[in-house]
Amino acid sequence: MEQPILEVKNLSIDYPISIGTVEAVRDVSFSLKEGESLGFVGESGCGKSTLGLSLLQLLRPPGQIVAGEMYYYGKDLLKMKAEEVRKLRGNNIAMVFQNPLTSLDPLYSIEDQFFETLKEHEPKITREEAAERAGKVLEDLSIDKDRLYEYPHQLSGGMRQRIMIGLGLILDPDLLIADEPTTSLDVIVEAGFIDLLARLKKEYNISLILISHNLGLVAEIADRIAVMYGGKLMEVGNAEDIFARPMHPYTEGLIGCVPNIKMDQEKLVSMPGSPPDLVNPPSGCRFSPRCPKVMDICTEKEPPLKTHKDGRQVACWLHDEAN
Amino acid sequence: MKGLLRYAITRILLTIPMLFILLTIVFLVLRVMPGDPVSAMLGAHAPEKVIEQKKEELGLNKPIIVQYVNYLGQLARFDLGNSMVLKQRVSKPILEKLPATIELTLWGLFFTLLIGIPLGAYAANKRRTGRDFTIRLYGNIAYCIPVYWMGLMLQLIFGVWLKWLPVSGRTNPRMLSSAFSKTGFYLIDTLLAGNIRAFGDVAVHLLLPSLTLGIVLSGIFVRLTRANMLDVLKSDYILAARARGVSEKLVVYKHGLKNAFIPILTMLGLQFAMLLAGAVLTETTFSWPGMGRLLMERIYLRDYPTVQGVIVVFALMVSVISLLVDLLYAAIDPRVKY
Repeated sequence: MEQPILEVKNLSIDYPISIGTVEAVRDVSFSLKEGESLGFVGESGCGKSTLGLSLLQLLRPPGQIVAGEMYYYGKDLLKMKAEEVRKLRGNNIAMVFQNPLTSLDPLYSIEDQFFETLKEHEPKITREEAAERAGKVLEDLSIDKDRLYEYPHQLSGGMRQRIMIGLGLILDPDLLIADEPTTSLDVIVEAGFIDLLARLKKEYNISLILISHNLGLVAEIADRIAVMYGGKLMEVGNAEDIFARPMHPYTEGLIGCVPNIKMDQEKLVSMPGSPPDLVNPPSGCRFSPRCPKVMDICTEKEPPLKTHKDGRQVACWLHDEAN
Repeated sequence: MKGLLRYAITRILLTIPMLFILLTIVFLVLRVMPGDPVSAMLGAHAPEKVIEQKKEELGLNKPIIVQYVNYLGQLARFDLGNSMVLKQRVSKPILEKLPATIELTLWGLFFTLLIGIPLGAYAANKRRTGRDFTIRLYGNIAYCIPVYWMGLMLQLIFGVWLKWLPVSGRTNPRMLSSAFSKTGFYLIDTLLAGNIRAFGDVAVHLLLPSLTLGIVLSGIFVRLTRANMLDVLKSDYILAARARGVSEKLVVYKHGLKNAFIPILTMLGLQFAMLLAGAVLTETTFSWPGMGRLLMERIYLRDYPTVQGVIVVFALMVSVISLLVDLLYAAIDPRVKY
């Protein structure tokens, strides 16, 4: 079997704060094959963004990785020196964030920010070469290359988001992490952006991790979907399978919440309850207080993430063979 | 560019009403204050007739409103008038002393920024450590200390105890030479004259007073820089720059500090008036022959026109600096257009 581009084992992340410790991510394991795209979905505060930031070791203080291992093509990311991690960022693993309007430094031109990014990884590059390469990437993103010499405030939100993608792709990375890339865009721009992302993924031959609360969006691009709840993985599997046959009650609930234009719905479905307190997480399964199919065992013991025969992984006592 | 010019002209025109209001206040306060130039000159026991004669000579016997209108008429012709106690034009001492004050304030400003900005940026970077705490403590103390007390302490430590630095004047009196006569800015004059010894002497004399100003005003800049840096370092573009593999040094100083500098610049414009006020007190402490000392002397003598003249010049300096600050915004921030 070929080596996965990214492998994460038993990752746990804490935020120690004054009232205790937020267990933001607990015992998360997954791997990503070359060229694959994996979508992380879940409600706000389920740890998906924290997970994304931790892959590049960009957790905001006081967040810290307390357990687990991460490998990029077999190289242990957590044992790398700070400078090695810096060189990896952008060059091998790039990341795009949710806020295109504020993710570009307002005081520097687009060209300057491209040049800086290139220069930090290829110290010998000249300004002209950098501009030429940036221009090519912008053309791929359907942005006129004269726009290179403008400042962020002169560009629209959609353009800025495409430029953020461009800055992510300029160094030709193997893996792109997109954290809620469309949250601040309107639906029309969002649809265009998703098509663009799918096209770029092919053209630049990259693997993709897409983080979103929007199940519909993830379904359009992702080969596999990982559903997170309260810092833990609830269900992982092929995107189509998960939609056709969700196994975890939380996944079922999430899919039920997506409005469907073909069905005659009178009311928008929402899941009762709110995300768990991660300082004092519920005992047993973290979803048990909101679960419609809760059993006695659910509040007593935490269900392990078990792999089923088609490769689907589920953490739920309903699907425990022993049960 | 055309917009810029129009903006600058509007700003300059706006200083006229400001000057007018300021002068009216100063004019009235001076005359309401007990004492007048005649009794200051002749003493309390001069014969009535002599006093009356002197008053008539100076125009002080006319109604205040007439004096005021006459004065404004003079100013409109760019004439600051004649001193009431010395036989000289008001502009003469001002032009003589202005370079000394500008030299002092510019170096005071230099030390303010040299101390304030790096310390603040460093503290933000080392947030919640012992060093951060120490720097914040320094900021608070510096902000609280009165400028004249700071001056006295530095004189005591570096002048009296350690005997490293001179404590008064712009230069050693024995240095007096042709080296000081061209522009009135001694550092420039001595350089133009190629007199390195005199240059060193001037620099050494400048050190304590400008450091006094610098330390006292650095307090607010330490706090401001730290707070703004913390804000900026939390912003999305900093995270995004890090995620592209931009090195920490560039992230903090190229992106962080430049963005944090915009509000610092605003404060700089506002604090310049404080700097001038501090310079008045510092000049007194260090016997610095500048505008501040001139102002103090002439207030004692109730030399109305000279006091008014000095105030006009101070007000113009503040206006010029605040205009420069506005123009600097446009140079730093591409979002600002005039």
